[in-house]
Amino acid sequence: MNTLILVAVLLGLSTFAYQHARRKALRSVSGSVSDLHSLPSYHGAYVAIWCGLPALIVIALWVLLQTDLVERMVLSGIAEGTADMTAGQISLLLSDIRNLATGDITSRTPSPLVLEAAQRYAELQRLGFLLMTGAAVVLASGGLFFALKAIQPALRARPQVERIVRAILFIASVIAILTTVGIILSLMFESIRFFGQVNPFEFLFGLTWSPQTALRADQVGGSGAFGAVPVFAGTLLITLIAMIVAVPIGLMAAIYMAEYASPRTRALVKPALEILAGIPTVVYGFFAALTVGPLFRGLGESVGLPVASESALAAGLVMGVMIIPFVSSLSDDVINAVPQSLRDGSYALGATQSETIRQVVLPASLHGIVGAVLLAVSRAIGETMIVVMAAGLSANLTANPLEAVTTVTVQIVTLLVGDQEFDSAKTLAAFALGLVLFLATLVLNVIALRVVRKYREEYD
Amino acid sequence: MTDFTANQAVARKPDFSDAHLRKRYRAEARFRMYGIAAIFAALAMLAVLLGSIVTTGVSAFTQTEIALDVTLDSSQIDPAAIAKGNYRKIVRDAIRAQFPDVSGRRDLRNLYKIVSSGADFTLRRMVEADPSLIGTTRTVWFKSSADIDQLNKGAIPRDVPEADRRVNDDQIAWFDALSGDDRTRRSFNTTFFTSGDSREPEQAGVWGAVVGTALTLLVTLVLSFPVGVMAAVYLEEFAPKNRWTDLIEVNINNLAAVPSIVFGLLGLAVFLNFFGMPRSAPVVGGMVLALMTLPTVIIAGRAALQSVPPSIREAALGVGASPLQTVSHHVLPLAMPGILTGTIIGMARALGETAPLLMIGMVAFIVDIPRGFTDAATVLPVQVFLWADAPERAFVERTSAAIMVLLAFLIVMNLAAVLLRRKFERRW
Repeated sequence: MNTLILVAVLLGLSTFAYQHARRKALRSVSGSVSDLHSLPSYHGAYVAIWCGLPALIVIALWVLLQTDLVERMVLSGIAEGTADMTAGQISLLLSDIRNLATGDITSRTPSPLVLEAAQRYAELQRLGFLLMTGAAVVLASGGLFFALKAIQPALRARPQVERIVRAILFIASVIAILTTVGIILSLMFESIRFFGQVNPFEFLFGLTWSPQTALRADQVGGSGAFGAVPVFAGTLLITLIAMIVAVPIGLMAAIYMAEYASPRTRALVKPALEILAGIPTVVYGFFAALTVGPLFRGLGESVGLPVASESALAAGLVMGVMIIPFVSSLSDDVINAVPQSLRDGSYALGATQSETIRQVVLPASLHGIVGAVLLAVSRAIGETMIVVMAAGLSANLTANPLEAVTTVTVQIVTLLVGDQEFDSAKTLAAFALGLVLFLATLVLNVIALRVVRKYREEYD
Repeated sequence: MTDFTANQAVARKPDFSDAHLRKRYRAEARFRMYGIAAIFAALAMLAVLLGSIVTTGVSAFTQTEIALDVTLDSSQIDPAAIAKGNYRKIVRDAIRAQFPDVSGRRDLRNLYKIVSSGADFTLRRMVEADPSLIGTTRTVWFKSSADIDQLNKGAIPRDVPEADRRVNDDQIAWFDALSGDDRTRRSFNTTFFTSGDSREPEQAGVWGAVVGTALTLLVTLVLSFPVGVMAAVYLEEFAPKNRWTDLIEVNINNLAAVPSIVFGLLGLAVFLNFFGMPRSAPVVGGMVLALMTLPTVIIAGRAALQSVPPSIREAALGVGASPLQTVSHHVLPLAMPGILTGTIIGMARALGETAPLLMIGMVAFIVDIPRGFTDAATVLPVQVFLWADAPERAFVERTSAAIMVLLAFLIVMNLAAVLLRRKFERRW
């Protein structure tokens, strides 16, 4: 809260600096703007940036680093008391200290060690805040003072301000790179820890998946098996079912809309199909779990087939429906991009419309259709909510679509939702699965883009 | 050479017979039919999906209520300490007064169950609002319990054996007796729109999730819009064409296709574990969703900037504007409608997103309405997910109703995007 007030004060100061510098610049040329190198507002912005930016950077750094730094110092202060504790116990102790220091209730009556540490914690935090405030004030007023002094008619304020603005624009575009780097690093880091406990070979090729590790040594089946093949197989099965639904329907719909439909039908049907892509996946999940799953189960019972209520078929079918618009709208675009001269040539040879489509238009747009299907597969593999709600939880190595199977995303969710400790193989396995998922979708996307670019037939 | 001769051997004479032509025309009609069938199949699925949600959900907007004559005796409520009154006993006495001949612990317990367990709070709030009620007897409409509500709505069938349904024969008889006395009604379910989550379906509402959604999306918007616009401006207007900017571009396109759950893993590992931010907080949810929406905003922003014709830039540069002035005074304002449309669509996607929020702990059972960005909160799609898992029959209709609320928000946002596009669309 105090930090927020500080930021507000700084912003106010910067506004004042802007106004003041603007007036000073005008005064320095006694009102004739054309004698200034830069417009007065750039003088204002120049001083405001020098006043606000360095101080804001300091505050941001402090907010990011302070907790970690203070905790480290507190822990090193009570090092002899925590020497024989495990990492888990230390983190519990730390949360007690933190709660005490901020005046919350603690889980148990605090020991003198904790009390002392909490006092130190609060003290350090106060000290840190004071230091930070001091630094920010010094930077802000120093910046204000020197920048104001620099104001004179010949000051090249605009190029300087523009250089800073461009730097900020550049940083904004680097955030996208940082996100990717963050994803890769966090997944890699946790996966490496996981593979320190579980052999990567066993993870990729093992046939049993039961990630429940034992809390006590005498628990049954608690050894934890991390062979992910059943999970991968389940993902592929559900994806396959989804594709069997989505590709024919999506492709035929695209062909009809691009080649046969009148502009009016097209204007009605295309947005209607896009709605399918706009519905939140949790809605599909609810629909699959509540309507489609029981429906298939009932149908199966009536013909004497055992259908699991969380069958792969139900989840895959609903996922297929969700994916239809991805296939159809991309295919629609490439089919429309095929030049009319090809069709006219085919008609001139006496081909019917469907013969033209099958033998001329589709081969000419095959690259785009393959790309669309690959993107749809990557979408299906990464889809989470439908399978979390409608597919099974236990790993089951089967090709029977009527049984319940589990998928990579379901396992990630079940392993990570709820309380977790961060050094057990069970939690870390979720990150290893996440890494596999990320790499698989990345490869599919790259191949899809390559296919679209490389095999494009150049006409005209 | 051999290929050539083989082809020659296979090549047929064209078949101009009527039979062959008819066959080809039949194939044509068939192909056309496949197209129509595919479109109908897809639209039928959409209709079934929406239809099933609306039909199961619409009943959640009403709630069965039961009228009881409560005696607000001052022996039970001390006018000096209204909050401490024994409202539960008052409600129970009122129920017993309706059915004086019911006795026995088990029967009484079943009898009390026809009224919501939140009835005493309703009564207390009423008395707190108007203390002069103490000492009077009046008729008050209380919410029925969720099971009775379901019975009244026909979701619990009466003709199955008693052991197979959640209300027993006695409760049905009592409820029918009350109905006969005109002591039951179905009224608009305001609780559903004004309260937070609850274990009791009749007291559960979506308001907590709506507020959580608003807070989360606000964080998403505040982060992803400026950063996305700045990145788009840099990449489109200032970036030199080199390997570095190519990398950024490829990277953004790839990020747009990364599964959303991976962003959740990123949030869990970086925001929660590395930076120690609070679990279940809208601020963290908003940050994760912002990272996820950023590529959408950037791609839409670049497309909008591209559609501004170069003549605008040349004219501005020609009268002496600097490149940055050209962009900020002319190009960006002209591209803004397109950028806003893309942003709204990105926000609509973020609104429907569930998976990454599960990873950062926004699945907790939270009764209170969140008051700030760091309070524990949940969002609408996650609320749907939580209720879909709840075993009570009454949560099924509430899940569907929550979905309808969610879809209503989505429709409004998409409509805004469409209108914005219509109003400002410009052909140069």
